[in-house]
Amino acid sequence: MKLISVKNLTVARGGMPVLEGLNFDVSTGEILVLRGPNGVGKTTLLRTLAGLQPPYEGTVDAAPDTVAYAAHADGLKSTLTVRENLMFWAGVYGGRDIEPALRDFNLDSLSERPAGNLSAGQKRRLGLARLMVTHRPVWVLDEPTVSLDVASVALFAAAVKAHLASGGAAIIATHIQLGFEETVFDVTPYKARMDVVRDDFDEAFL
Amino acid sequence: MIRLFWRDLALAFRSGGGFGLGLGFFLILVTLVPFGVGPNSERLMAIAPGILWVGALLACLLSLDRIFALDFEDGSLDLLATAPIPLEGVVAVKALAHWITTGLPLVLAAPALGFLLHLDSAAYRWLMVTLLIGTPALSFIGAFGAALTVGLKRGGLLMSLLVLPLYIPTLIFGAEVIRRGAGGFLVATPLAMQAGITAGSVALLPFAAAAAIRVALR
Repeated sequence: MKLISVKNLTVARGGMPVLEGLNFDVSTGEILVLRGPNGVGKTTLLRTLAGLQPPYEGTVDAAPDTVAYAAHADGLKSTLTVRENLMFWAGVYGGRDIEPALRDFNLDSLSERPAGNLSAGQKRRLGLARLMVTHRPVWVLDEPTVSLDVASVALFAAAVKAHLASGGAAIIATHIQLGFEETVFDVTPYKARMDVVRDDFDEAFL
Repeated sequence: MIRLFWRDLALAFRSGGGFGLGLGFFLILVTLVPFGVGPNSERLMAIAPGILWVGALLACLLSLDRIFALDFEDGSLDLLATAPIPLEGVVAVKALAHWITTGLPLVLAAPALGFLLHLDSAAYRWLMVTLLIGTPALSFIGAFGAALTVGLKRGGLLMSLLVLPLYIPTLIFGAEVIRRGAGGFLVATPLAMQAGITAGSVALLPFAAAAAIRVALR
């Protein structure tokens, strides 16, 4: 089953197209790994897929409430405890059980600690645990393994596999090998050409 | 949305939260005024309504940029924008939480501070009423200003410039209600105008603020 379908998509950052002519589908049980050098537009593409910015051209077809987005910033409140942070997001997404998420990301022993006292890797794990309480089918992840150690990367990979097994999908921008059967999608050839004159350039309205 | 409301209140009351900031500022301003103006009770009585309203307004302004800037910096705003809550609801809830942590304490503390300024005894009732009706407008207009400047580093100055002119009608009508109430005149007209500004801000500005945040997140 197709969960998200991208047709002839051009994405723009600061009003300038960075990637153009993108066509791909992501179906149930599939992992799409985006690769490409820094600054090529992977984050811009992921933000467009998450609905945070409109496509410059083309369409992103997905049912409403499909995408759960996780970026470089984890959106944690440092004065709330691990449990309170996770409970808040669980509540926002319909108030379900947070215990599986705590367990799968090995946060049980940290659950009463304020998030401000966690290490960078522990914060990241909490940020990723948030994905599990959203119960959304497509995880759109931007460099999810930054500051994770080997053991935590394994936890993360296991969580992604469990998510796929339950009918989900994932689109991940990463540079490391996560060790599952993924479709690698190198976005470099889709870099927008800068020599094309675009007559609808309207910087005044950005 | 209820969750967001409780989270914002919890954050405000914990260490580093905004609760007490506005109230402390209000308290300092009002206790300093008699030292600056002199202990002449006639003169204090004449300026008390204006000082109380200006103090409430500035105290409110002090904590405005925290409404969205903190969530923007730690990435929560991105996540809230992709969450199943409408962004208009996010704005309304955050403005309401701001009012409860900033505006409501001012309303409750105002009579004690009115006493320090020799406020006319007939005016206490109107001071409470007008602050209660007027301060929600300060929070909602302020949330709009905060939303417009959310993506800017050090946007506080720009936000103050945007928000202060919008605060002036509330200030004028608020001080007018207290002055008329103290003199025993009819207060219905300025009170109705002020209530109208509040109702309009609460109804319309969450939509404008949500649109501003969407642009900022692009």
